[in-house]
Amino acid sequence: MTEKMCLLFVSGTVDKLMAGTIIASGGVANDMEVDVFVSFWGLLEFRKGAPVNTKVSYEGKDMAAEIFQIMQEKKVQPWIEMLRQAKEVGNVKVYACAMFSDLLGLKKSDYDPIVDEIIGVAEFVSMAKDAKMTLFI
Amino acid sequence: MSEEVKPNKVVDARGSFCPGPLMELIKEYKQAAVGDVISVYSTDTGTKRDAAAWINKSGNELIGVFERNGYYEVVMKKKR
Repeated sequence: MTEKMCLLFVSGTVDKLMAGTIIASGGVANDMEVDVFVSFWGLLEFRKGAPVNTKVSYEGKDMAAEIFQIMQEKKVQPWIEMLRQAKEVGNVKVYACAMFSDLLGLKKSDYDPIVDEIIGVAEFVSMAKDAKMTLFI
Repeated sequence: MSEEVKPNKVVDARGSFCPGPLMELIKEYKQAAVGDVISVYSTDTGTKRDAAAWINKSGNELIGVFERNGYYEVVMKKKR
């Protein structure tokens, strides 16, 4: 049976979304099925037409401008495009949190097509129960 | 081993960062036929080890990792 990795994205900062995406790609490279559950600030970044994300975690705030400039100069792919690539290559599913979607009145059509489904926490936990590893990013 | 390799497919991932080159290699691998020799060009440090590890672990053949001028080339043969 294919091994599975579950990831939980709650933060909407670029450092965390990018780290999670890279780990998802690592899962794909290790032939794992990857289920990503996204909620709160992370989920806001999956909305269609979300504003350009320039948020970083608190401890990185002094370096934010510098790091975004470097990433732009070195043409680092946006994290969502990296996640799309991981999805193209492997078996990656992205699930939007039903609770937060309901709270803000967001429907599946409000999200980037990278989002496969809106699911509740119990369904995510049942996926995580069978996973080899689950990481909270 | 000769450094002259004649790949059927070349993935030029120079300038792309980890895990970009590896993901592009896997994408190309999935479309390739058994017996194809695939080569990836990369300037990213992580890929050198990651790609070699992936090639071995996935049951394919690592032909070699070659230093080129300002980049390196990882060459594999699709076995399965």
